[in-house]
Amino acid sequence: MTFNAAALLLLILGLALIGWLAGRARSAMLAGRSGKKLHSRPQYHGWYVALWLFVPAAIFLAIWSSVSPGLITNQVLASPAAESLPAFGFERSAILSDARDVAQGKAAKVRLPAAAPLVEPYAAATHRYAWIGIAAMLALALAGGLYAFTRIRPDFRARTRVERIVMALLLLASLVAILTTFGIVLSLLFESLRFFSLVPMRELLFGTHWNPQSGAPVADTFGGIPLFWGTVLIGAIIAMIVAIPIGMMSAVYLTQYAAPTVRKWVKPMLEILAGVPTVVYGYFAALTVAPALRNFAVAIGIPNASTESALAAGVVMGVMIIPFVSSMADDSINAVPQAMRDGSLALGATPNETIRQVLIPAALPGVMGGILLAVSRAIGETMIVVMAAGLSANLTANPFASVTTVTAQIVKLLTGDQEFDSAKTLAAFALGLVLFLVTLLLNIVALRIVKKYREAYE
Amino acid sequence: MTQDDLSIADPKMRAQGVSVFYGEKQAINDVSIDVGTDLVTAFIGPSGCGKSTFLRSLNRMNDTIAGAKVTGTIELDGEDIYAPSMDVVQLRARVGMVFQKPNPFPKSIYDNVAYGSRIHGLASSKADLDGIVERALTRAGLWDEVKDRLTESGTALSGGQQQRLCIARAIAVDPEVILMDEPCSALDPIATAKIEELIHELRGKYAIVIVTHNMQQAARVSQRTAFFHLGTLVEYGKTTDIFTNPKAERTKDYITGRYG
Repeated sequence: MTFNAAALLLLILGLALIGWLAGRARSAMLAGRSGKKLHSRPQYHGWYVALWLFVPAAIFLAIWSSVSPGLITNQVLASPAAESLPAFGFERSAILSDARDVAQGKAAKVRLPAAAPLVEPYAAATHRYAWIGIAAMLALALAGGLYAFTRIRPDFRARTRVERIVMALLLLASLVAILTTFGIVLSLLFESLRFFSLVPMRELLFGTHWNPQSGAPVADTFGGIPLFWGTVLIGAIIAMIVAIPIGMMSAVYLTQYAAPTVRKWVKPMLEILAGVPTVVYGYFAALTVAPALRNFAVAIGIPNASTESALAAGVVMGVMIIPFVSSMADDSINAVPQAMRDGSLALGATPNETIRQVLIPAALPGVMGGILLAVSRAIGETMIVVMAAGLSANLTANPFASVTTVTAQIVKLLTGDQEFDSAKTLAAFALGLVLFLVTLLLNIVALRIVKKYREAYE
Repeated sequence: MTQDDLSIADPKMRAQGVSVFYGEKQAINDVSIDVGTDLVTAFIGPSGCGKSTFLRSLNRMNDTIAGAKVTGTIELDGEDIYAPSMDVVQLRARVGMVFQKPNPFPKSIYDNVAYGSRIHGLASSKADLDGIVERALTRAGLWDEVKDRLTESGTALSGGQQQRLCIARAIAVDPEVILMDEPCSALDPIATAKIEELIHELRGKYAIVIVTHNMQQAARVSQRTAFFHLGTLVEYGKTTDIFTNPKAERTKDYITGRYG
């Protein structure tokens, strides 16, 4: 007997269906007998019973599924057979999981001899907690269902109650994303604080030498400036030099010049660019653009041109951001009232003059917001820079040299076997926190600008 | 259509047999009208009668609407404005337009008025441009109200001031004709009175065509009135005649408030 959450969920769904039918039937019957008019239509009474039956039991099921393995393990550890286990570490957990797999039928027989005596206690504990869980869940479901069932009366306001429960469920759903983000920030924060207890914050933010060594922190190896500079060079300078003019011009073309049929085809195609996985752009940057740029640099006599260059990563990232800038600029230009455009044309301005002198200045705040959002995306972008920009932390303004970015270094620090308490690994969290705060700030500023601008024309 | 006793010897604009189509839909059917040089001409009629559409065909603003097509001839000083040789940019500099809702550009008051002059290169120096801006604002009756804050945004003015700014903007290009598309419909009565006063003062300097819903306004500001209904020109004549002695039954019904 194991605790199968999926089957149990189906079971309470079935019970909820019965509750729904019963609630509906009872409300109709009570109304018919008393001759009173029902406040809510019968199916609302049905939903009321079904929700009371299902929701508490489902919540219990979710909690129990995550809690019970721990309870089972505790019971096993309390058994006499567990006394011979090694005290800590990898071996101990391997033995435990081996025994658990056999006890729960996932493996035919034990691989580690030490696990054999634990199989029996594991099976017993699993069995016991499965029964406790099922019994508690069913009791909760029935109690909820009965409570709701007995409250049904013709004048009972089932509809109001159901609406309120539905509202609560919707609220819960919207909180999931927010709470998750909050949790991520907290975990980033705690790991970062651990890092800053090993390495001063001043060094990470203002140090100019980045060469993290494994193990103990060595002075002057966690200077983040080369990474921040690389990030800015690629994401905020080179990528934007590519994306802003091309994105703006394509938006102007699409909103002002393109025939409706052209717009109908070109706009979705541009938006498809936004859906290309970034790893594909990474290939393109590393295998096509980077070698071509290097050959070009060598041909025009630039020394120390590298195959991994800031320029290759930045240009491809700019191409990736084009649809984003273009679509934000498109929205802003479209939001400028037609009257403004007519006013300019009626004074004898050409379409080109109208765009340059009236539409773009009027759309500028919205466009600026879009550009800031694009920058915040570009500096958080990982795959292209990992594949094309390289990993050597150079503090250089030469776009043909190899630079590295915050995201690329986070990947480098966290891939492979790592100890999660070395300064080197913890540095990844501190970098992540810096990146998170910067992009958060950019997003807040950008959204404020966009919002303020929208209000101006309503 | 009745058109006797219209002593316009030398019309500024002459429309003959004009029809306007939006795609399949015909908005204007066979309209012929003369616009006098020093007169204010009012177009009246119920909503959807085509008076604004017709007005917009006088400076080819209908060109900006996809699928719009104009047939017949419209002449400005005897020159066909739909002829291939006509430069629409120059046409619009000669035939200015003021819109229903004030639409100042999100620029300073000065830059709003200077916009057209800069585009057409009318001023040779900064002092010249200052003069153009001052004259236009003075003519539009706005100079005294804004002379100390020319660098403030045009959108910060009140609705009535914005509309006079738009008139100043149109005047600054030194047009020959000014088209006004319900210029007071978004304004309060006091601002409206100011605009009407302004129209009086501008009469004689520019040929003015005004579309209005407000029949009292047409009676107050215009010398000629054209009554449009369902895309046709029902009656065109001296304003006093149209309002005191309309010839067509539909005109009479409209101005006495039986419909519209």
